[in-house]
Amino acid sequence: MTARTHMPLGQEAIAAKGWLGAHKYLLLRRASQLFFLVLFLLGPWFGIWIVQGTLAGSLTLGLLPLTDPFVFLQSLIAGHWPELTGAIGAAIVLVAYALIGGRVYCSWVCPINPVTDSAHWLHRKLGLQKGWQPKRGTRLWIMVTVLIVSGLTGAIAWELVNPITMLHRGLIFGMGFVWAMVAAIFLFDLLVSRHGWCGHVCPVGAFYGLIGSKAMLRVSAANRSACDDCMDCYAVCPENHVISPALKGKDTPLILSPDCTNCGRCIDICAEDVFKFTHRFDALTVAPPESTAAPQPRASRPF
Amino acid sequence: MSRVGTPLSPQRRRFLQDSARAAGGCVAAGSLLAWLARDARALPAEALRPPGALPEKDFLSACIRCGLCVRECPYDTLKLAELGVDAVATGTPYFTAREVPCEMCDDIPCVAACPTGALDPGLDNIDDAKMGVAVLVDQENCLNFLGLRCDVCYRVCPVIDEAITLETEHNARSGSHAIFIPTVHADHCTGCGVCEKSCVLPEAAIKVLPIRLARGSSADHYLKGWEEKEAKGAPVVEGIIDLPDRLPGPGTDNLVAPGGFEPSFKLPEVTQ
Repeated sequence: MTARTHMPLGQEAIAAKGWLGAHKYLLLRRASQLFFLVLFLLGPWFGIWIVQGTLAGSLTLGLLPLTDPFVFLQSLIAGHWPELTGAIGAAIVLVAYALIGGRVYCSWVCPINPVTDSAHWLHRKLGLQKGWQPKRGTRLWIMVTVLIVSGLTGAIAWELVNPITMLHRGLIFGMGFVWAMVAAIFLFDLLVSRHGWCGHVCPVGAFYGLIGSKAMLRVSAANRSACDDCMDCYAVCPENHVISPALKGKDTPLILSPDCTNCGRCIDICAEDVFKFTHRFDALTVAPPESTAAPQPRASRPF
Repeated sequence: MSRVGTPLSPQRRRFLQDSARAAGGCVAAGSLLAWLARDARALPAEALRPPGALPEKDFLSACIRCGLCVRECPYDTLKLAELGVDAVATGTPYFTAREVPCEMCDDIPCVAACPTGALDPGLDNIDDAKMGVAVLVDQENCLNFLGLRCDVCYRVCPVIDEAITLETEHNARSGSHAIFIPTVHADHCTGCGVCEKSCVLPEAAIKVLPIRLARGSSADHYLKGWEEKEAKGAPVVEGIIDLPDRLPGPGTDNLVAPGGFEPSFKLPEVTQ
């Protein structure tokens, strides 16, 4: 451990890039989440009907149909062949996320993300233990279970409990007791399991991760030779197992794990500008990995 | 047998244990979810689905709960069920006839808006909709049954004289008036609920019920003799001899009737 790891999270980045620079993608992401929410709320709140519907299915400008492909898949398995409109909508969303990056949905669109992010923020402030950490494959098991249950019961099973569409629908059509469900997820992430919901449980995220496993948009540790082992990226990353292969590995510096949500927090938090957004065919490293020494990463190592 | 001598690999054991744990957890969570899914099928009797809605089980496999039908409804009839507030599968569209009934738009915008076919696009005439069936549930409080001329449910019915007719009957209470009985004909009733909404009583005497509650069904093998006879134009069973009926009158042992005679036997006398 270096002395740097004991410095407050993000302090170096703020010193190097200023507060705005160290929160650029976080702010952009919040703006994006707000944008997609407001787009849906303009109609019911102000009578400006650009988008109708919810994240499960919507119609933009009376023309563009969009359907959540995971809901669509459950419907298929439950035994219903949807009308063309729904199928086209699902295909558009599927192709879009398969190209851009599946879990971009999680960090740039999903309304539950601010909830779990704030739970994580508080978790870190309170210095809590990481708690119950199910295996990485858990959400895939849950996803398969959801699909099987859809087939067995003939109902779109996950929509009975899906907090994403429930919160979104709640804001647009009326809350009911959805707030209790959101509070439960907040508490689960805060007290039971760090990054528990989005990182281990949510089958929607697992599904989007799968469809985006070959997506274009990638974060690359292109400048990894500049890494000074401050560990800040590991601390902020919601899926921090994706970092090591790229940052510490000998192969490509691209973060190729489908679990990466492309949130860009690692880019923000890194004072040395190790990370950047790029495309998956950009296998370029900026500095030769071995020849030049990193800026004395272990200089302050205590003996 | 083949494993004799080869130590079991700890990785294999670990893998099997982890898989068993995950599978066990999934069975538990999946059972819970399946129970929820079955529970969601229990649609309360007052909750009516929009026109063209598939049967409830199919509907839950088709409805993605997007709310586009709600947005297209010009009368704000439809709403999406809210979690823990309405006892309807959460997020699915429904309406309550007594609150806002279906106004039966000619262009059926809710069906046109449905992206998945949970509302069947094959429904092109709103008069063919079957959202439920109106049933006059309370004959004791219905004003028409009391002999008054309320007639409101009949008057407001969008399919007046077909879905609801007024059938006259003798008013035994007054002895000299008619009762105009509002009578629902299920074949023509769309279940729009305008009758229930308009009933003047504090609690409606006529209610739209889901078809499963409102209707019985005839067995497949039942034939109605009179219909068969009419279709054939002759008695269904051939070779029946129509014997003369024995009627009261002359020639019977009914002493009250004119011309009646003493019966040929005597009943035993009652001793005091």
